Amino acid sequence: MCGLCGIFQGGNHWTDGSAVLAPEIQRTRRHDRLHRVAITNKVLKFYGLKLADWHGSTYVLSGPTGQSQIIDNIAALWPAAESMRKRPLDPLDDKLIAALERS
Amino acid sequence: MANYAELIPVNVITGFLGSGKTTLLQRLLRSPNMARTAVLINEFGEVGLDHLLVQPVDESVVLLQSGCICCTIRDDLNTSLRDLLSKRQRKQVPQFDRVVIETTGLADPAPILYTLFAEPVLRHHFRLGTVITTVDAVNAERHVTGNIEGVKQVALADHLVLTKTDIADPAAVAQARRILARINPSARKFDACTDPIDALILLESDPYDPATKSAAVQEWFKDESLRDGGIDKQHQHPPHHDSRHDQQIASFSLSFDGALDWTAFGIWLTMLLNRHGENVLRVKGILNVRDMDVPIVINGVQHLVHPPAHLNAWPSPDRRSHLVFITRGMDQARLRRSLAAFNRLSVEAVAA
Repeated sequence: MCGLCGIFQGGNHWTDGSAVLAPEIQRTRRHDRLHRVAITNKVLKFYGLKLADWHGSTYVLSGPTGQSQIIDNIAALWPAAESMRKRPLDPLDDKLIAALERS
Repeated sequence: MANYAELIPVNVITGFLGSGKTTLLQRLLRSPNMARTAVLINEFGEVGLDHLLVQPVDESVVLLQSGCICCTIRDDLNTSLRDLLSKRQRKQVPQFDRVVIETTGLADPAPILYTLFAEPVLRHHFRLGTVITTVDAVNAERHVTGNIEGVKQVALADHLVLTKTDIADPAAVAQARRILARINPSARKFDACTDPIDALILLESDPYDPATKSAAVQEWFKDESLRDGGIDKQHQHPPHHDSRHDQQIASFSLSFDGALDWTAFGIWLTMLLNRHGENVLRVKGILNVRDMDVPIVINGVQHLVHPPAHLNAWPSPDRRSHLVFITRGMDQARLRRSLAAFNRLSVEAVAA
């Protein structure tokens, strides 16, 4: 738990690089998180959403009208993003794929 | 939290009514390797027949009280496993280092797996081991044609045990084998009548046991149809009867030449499982991850993904990433294109 704000932090999620990358080539945790945020934002841009790293402990998802939500890990991001946009976020959507291929 | 491989493995034995789950369990329990195994049995119906039959395991047996495992088991299983753990710590039951759960025949195994992954106390002490499904050769077709639970039992399995092949018509046995190979080509198949039922292989051979993980992963790709890019089984067997649950299931593999970015892969798979987890019955694979000399093993069941595991070396000269999917009504080409598009984002992110 964060002593400052009292937020509970979950254990490592399977998507965390630290769970996979060999110690000798592990990037710093911060670099890993920023890399994740950068890639995720390329996807979220299609839906008008944005993700930011928050103190290296959680993420903040923001919508176009200023809504924001704290997200524990990337798996928790998608239901929150769907709820914010009130539409399904489908990685198999042809329009999304085409937009990513163009980007 | 303990290393994932050090958690107590929980094996699930499932299969339709009368398919030989208890007989299989009895055979497994005879093995000396099962001495330190606790068994959880779900009682179904008026007579706790299963309980009587596995009586020899004595104090290791805890009887679940719920009748229908699908809708009530999460709490029951949670309570039973916690109870078992507590008794083990207080030395009220013999020390055990493995748990086997026998489900009811009508069970959808997914909630059981979910309980193990999602319950905070359980996931710090237990991990999912292999899922073993028994299929009766006489009734295999009926097992999968009319019941989505039956299809899921086959699709979610790591090992499939075909039973009653000695009394079934040879044509029915051949048909049963075809059904199992079509729904779940990457599962290891056993014939209960002719193959040795080895507890070490059935229960311990999983990608998280350091001694067996490399062999277990190689088994995934043994089926000819899952090599060299894979074959869309839907195309091999056109779905003439769409109402049949088994005909909606397609298994295929995707292979990628270049290294995958782990971060992009995680983003893609979490997004895919969030939207389509119900239809991704299994996903498992061996990945060539950028900046890694050794392969990463990924293993998921519907919405759930095991923590990734390393292999110590590539099992063959083939260095491509291979993913095996068992899906319900999903498009193979679109999955491939989607993952490739996400992976491309990582290259741009690194360059930027």
